[in-house]
Amino acid sequence: MSKKILRRAGFLAATLAASIFTGAQAAEPIKIGSFLSVTGPASFLGDPELKTLELYVERINAVGGVIGRPLELVHYDDAGDASAARNFASRLVRSDRVDIIVGGSTTGATMAAVPLIEQARMPFISLAGAVVITDPVKKWVFKTPQSDRAAAERVLQDMKSHGITKIGLISGTGGFGRSGREQTLALVGKMGMEIVADVTYSPSDTDMTAQLTRIRNTPGVEAVFNFGFGQSPAIVTRNYAQLGIDLPFYQSHGVASDRFLDLLGDAGEGLRLPASPLLVPDSLPNSDPQKAVVTSYKKLYEERWNMQVSTFGGYAHDGLMLAVEAIEKAGSTDREAVRKALESIQGYVGVTGVFNMSSTDHNGLSADSFRILEVKNGKWKLIN
Amino acid sequence: MLKNFLQMRLKGLVVLAVIVLLLPLFFNNPFHYDLATQIAIFAATVVGLNLLVGFAGQISLGHAGFFGVGAYFSAVMTGTYGWTPLPTMLVAAVVVALLAWLVGRPILKLKGHYLSMATLAMGFIIAIIINNEGWLTGGPDGMSVAPFSIFGWELSSFNQYSLFGIEFGGDVAWYFFAGFLLLVAVWIAENIIDSPIGRALRSVHGSEIAARVVGVDTSYYKSLVFVVSAVYASLMGSIYAHFSGFITPHLASFEQSIVLITMVVLGGMASTFGVILGAVVLKLLPQVLADFQELEMMMFGLILMLTMIFMPKGLFPTLQNKLAERKRKKSEEQA
Repeated sequence: MSKKILRRAGFLAATLAASIFTGAQAAEPIKIGSFLSVTGPASFLGDPELKTLELYVERINAVGGVIGRPLELVHYDDAGDASAARNFASRLVRSDRVDIIVGGSTTGATMAAVPLIEQARMPFISLAGAVVITDPVKKWVFKTPQSDRAAAERVLQDMKSHGITKIGLISGTGGFGRSGREQTLALVGKMGMEIVADVTYSPSDTDMTAQLTRIRNTPGVEAVFNFGFGQSPAIVTRNYAQLGIDLPFYQSHGVASDRFLDLLGDAGEGLRLPASPLLVPDSLPNSDPQKAVVTSYKKLYEERWNMQVSTFGGYAHDGLMLAVEAIEKAGSTDREAVRKALESIQGYVGVTGVFNMSSTDHNGLSADSFRILEVKNGKWKLIN
Repeated sequence: MLKNFLQMRLKGLVVLAVIVLLLPLFFNNPFHYDLATQIAIFAATVVGLNLLVGFAGQISLGHAGFFGVGAYFSAVMTGTYGWTPLPTMLVAAVVVALLAWLVGRPILKLKGHYLSMATLAMGFIIAIIINNEGWLTGGPDGMSVAPFSIFGWELSSFNQYSLFGIEFGGDVAWYFFAGFLLLVAVWIAENIIDSPIGRALRSVHGSEIAARVVGVDTSYYKSLVFVVSAVYASLMGSIYAHFSGFITPHLASFEQSIVLITMVVLGGMASTFGVILGAVVLKLLPQVLADFQELEMMMFGLILMLTMIFMPKGLFPTLQNKLAERKRKKSEEQA
């Protein structure tokens, strides 16, 4: 009996060892580790991110790699589950022994991996939004998307420039909406504005007329701001049109995609939001430093994958390019040298914005990197 | 008979202990320790759940809720309020025990599968509270947890320790700690199974009416074992929180409850070592299948389906029967 169990255990352990221990010998290639939500509820983030990483790793290798070494992409799909993300990060750090990690599609996945990555002293560039990732600054953690704080700031700036000070805030109770709501609440006071109505909806709600009616009936509201993610913002927008509310309407950067426009139909006319210039590459003036990067990324991505480019893929583009830039600057894959190099990147032009990293800012983007877009005739139009 | 039983019980435990001790021979990097530690933690959780599902024949669809309460109680109390981990864990277990008693006691007086519905609802409520009370729990993005410590001695998977002059990493220490907890969990479970309580439970599973007729207070025993299994989940939830250093509400989600139940059913209901095997398989498969990428989910489903079609009793009991049959045939041939 015991012999058999032992034999079975030996077999199990052997399969474990054989299947998990994949390649550790070849020290030549630079290993870029990645864990992304390629499937599951956050696949709209992870899928374009992975496609972008694959595209650019191919392209970089075709021209001879980085510091004379080819890149090797080691990636796992966490399916949007934070504990899976943590486990894959552990595998990247401890088993695959990658040189740098670019990944973490959602804030939950990123934050679950952070304690482990910090202690393993591994440079990590996150592709997730919330401000908690880089505030307070963590020594080894960087990120490429603008934080939700920057998005809120950009929206409030635009409102203020139109003389709006009293806002009705509606937000989702998911991670994105919640964090966005907190950032907005923290900012309004500083900017001399006021939230007069503050309502929330659950990401699974299918009708937000009740919340919107409450905002409409609040006296003094001058504009409405929705902070949400996924399907809900489209529903909010349609309800908004159905109710015939004619106040200026703002959304967050979380819905800045062409697919969102398709969901709206003509309910979205006049809607404004902060977004990456990737949505309006042709309207950018030639003097815009980002124009070249944005058009080239859009063209390459759409040629290679035969599908529309998305803002979220742009985060992965910038993540990978910052990693490459840092490794080139450091001249090696020494982790501390790469981290220092990342911290010292100045004026790097990416798809999302122009990065100015420092030891106190591991995001390196200002609120100005957002462009304010407006929906006009079912298309995005660049306002400023 | 009794002596036989004792020997069987001890034998299984000794074999498990040997496996836990020898497994590191096959590990060649810290990630394997990391994974094995998690497997041990989840195995201990389902050993507790198995008492309820396998022996009392009641299904809990909210066990991840208890796991989550344990994890979050420990995380919040040690992190925000500065409690020490060990007492916090025990307080969490008491809270969960009370909760389980409150839910289980009235429900389990009824016949049928009302407990599944009640626990389903309870699991959802717990997950919603954890998600929505962001000021306390960090909301959907989760919160970080302080490392585990016993009497001021900190156990973190990234520290280096030395014992009797041998240097080893915190991941190794965690592995043996979790392995030890698994052994204790199995030892307690096996003792419950072979006590009057265990026999009462099995009689409930067999036929509740017959059990009542012979004077077993069925609802009391069912509630009791429900509480015990909830306490298992809570303690292991606390341990998991300290181990992983970061927790998200996903831990308490409905899917996670299903994963736990699947571990029990896949490994073999009413078999303590079977459910451990279930935990091993279910935690290992995603890692093994990760190399297949987009086919991963399909293969995962296929493996589960085939196992349930061809081994409806679960992995371990089926294998055990096969071995026993072969042995019998051999001895018949010899005779």
